[in-house]
Amino acid sequence: MPDPSSRGVLDAADVSRALTRIAHELLERNKGAADLVLLGIPTRGVPLARRLAERIASVEGAPVPVGSLDATMYRDDLRLRPARALEPTEIPSGGVDGKVVVLVDDVLFSGRTVRAALTALDDVGRPRAVRLAVLVDRGHRELPIRPDHVGKNLPTALTESVRVHIEELDGVDEVLLVQPVTTAGGA
Amino acid sequence: MRHLLSGGDLARDEALHVLDTAEEMARLTTDRTVKKLPALRGRTVVNLFFEDSTRTRTSFELAAKRLSADVVNFSAKGSSLSKGESLKDTALTLEAMGADAVVVRHWASGAPHRLAHSGWIRSSVVNAGDGTHEHPTQALLDAFTVRRHLGGLDGSRVAVVGDVLHSRVARSNVLLLASLGARVTLVAPPTLLPVGVEGWPCETSYDLDAVLPVSDAVMMLRVQRERMNLSGGGYLPSAREYSRRYGLDGRRLRSLPDHAIVMHPGPMNRGLEITADAADCDRSVIVEQVANGVSVRMAVLYLMLGGSEPAIGGAE
Repeated sequence: MPDPSSRGVLDAADVSRALTRIAHELLERNKGAADLVLLGIPTRGVPLARRLAERIASVEGAPVPVGSLDATMYRDDLRLRPARALEPTEIPSGGVDGKVVVLVDDVLFSGRTVRAALTALDDVGRPRAVRLAVLVDRGHRELPIRPDHVGKNLPTALTESVRVHIEELDGVDEVLLVQPVTTAGGA
Repeated sequence: MRHLLSGGDLARDEALHVLDTAEEMARLTTDRTVKKLPALRGRTVVNLFFEDSTRTRTSFELAAKRLSADVVNFSAKGSSLSKGESLKDTALTLEAMGADAVVVRHWASGAPHRLAHSGWIRSSVVNAGDGTHEHPTQALLDAFTVRRHLGGLDGSRVAVVGDVLHSRVARSNVLLLASLGARVTLVAPPTLLPVGVEGWPCETSYDLDAVLPVSDAVMMLRVQRERMNLSGGGYLPSAREYSRRYGLDGRRLRSLPDHAIVMHPGPMNRGLEITADAADCDRSVIVEQVANGVSVRMAVLYLMLGGSEPAIGGAE
């Protein structure tokens, strides 16, 4: 079953510890959970945002609004492929105006998805501040965007790919670094 | 290039993809400050209407504008179309203007097909109603409405009642609903059922009272008197007798199951195919159908024009 070309970077316990730390960092930075709104970027950012919200709620003893923000229609590469399926956008009932919105995604790479999400957020309302939390930062930014909270800084080659599996969607929590398939391997 | 000309152009998966996308469009255009999305910025949608229509044209126009497309309306009245310009010359004009999609309504059945397959234009063609033939986006919005209320379409029972013969809505609905797994029964007097209806993927009945108690949704069709007059009449003994046998009134409303919904594609002939109390009752979703039309047309335009090539539609 294990693919010889892929290497585990984070296991389930690592993912859990990273999320717990990010939850605490968010609380510390924000001086509590007041006005926090967590928005996951589909697909895998959404369950991650929910888990962060659960952790924050268990520390603070009060629920934190959590939702999702799909940026598909705001992407700069929309025209490069046939029209893509939209993912759910669910803004918590309190909205985002005047709130501190934390965008949550699994992997930060070029920064283009986050750019699209920031533009999408413009059409939803005007938060007081926007922060970015990611499970993995793999580098290779193409835009002036940086994360505020990172689970794992993972130096990668452009040819490698990072695969995040989340229990809610994939049955297991793990992060894998996948090597390109070499022609010698007879792919 | 792919086009949307018929309710049968969409395979089950594609049709569900449109409905799911429409669900997101509906959510994205309610409860927010900016009801506009950037997906079709720089695209041009032409509404080419050879026949009068308020709700369909407005619905397509609003859908395209909510997606930031540029919209050009060509209507038969007050344009070169009323001066006898041929469909071909109109098409060449649109092509020269750089239309990315042409939404066409025409009194002649088959005109959108001609426009799509003649090689006159390179853009996608969306049929917004042709003669007595098809009206696929109406079928999509009806399917969307039924699904929202019943939770799903598989195995649901939909009665389509009235002037099936002249109805492009009925034909598109039968084709689309059948591929989505619904069981459709056409209910009409024998004079208002088209020749060849035996080959459609649906059942037929002459008895509305027998069909209503086993229906989850009942779709009343407009009696198209303007088309009947054109061909000499003889379809109905009288409006009164039609209403008595095929009209939806308060008594028939009570014979529907509790969860059933009442639909009408509009415009309604109140007092003919539907009474005012049936049209305005709390299980009537007729106004909602109009709102859903915008979401569904946004989904169709997004999936056809949003990417490098259409993600849905019938192939050439």
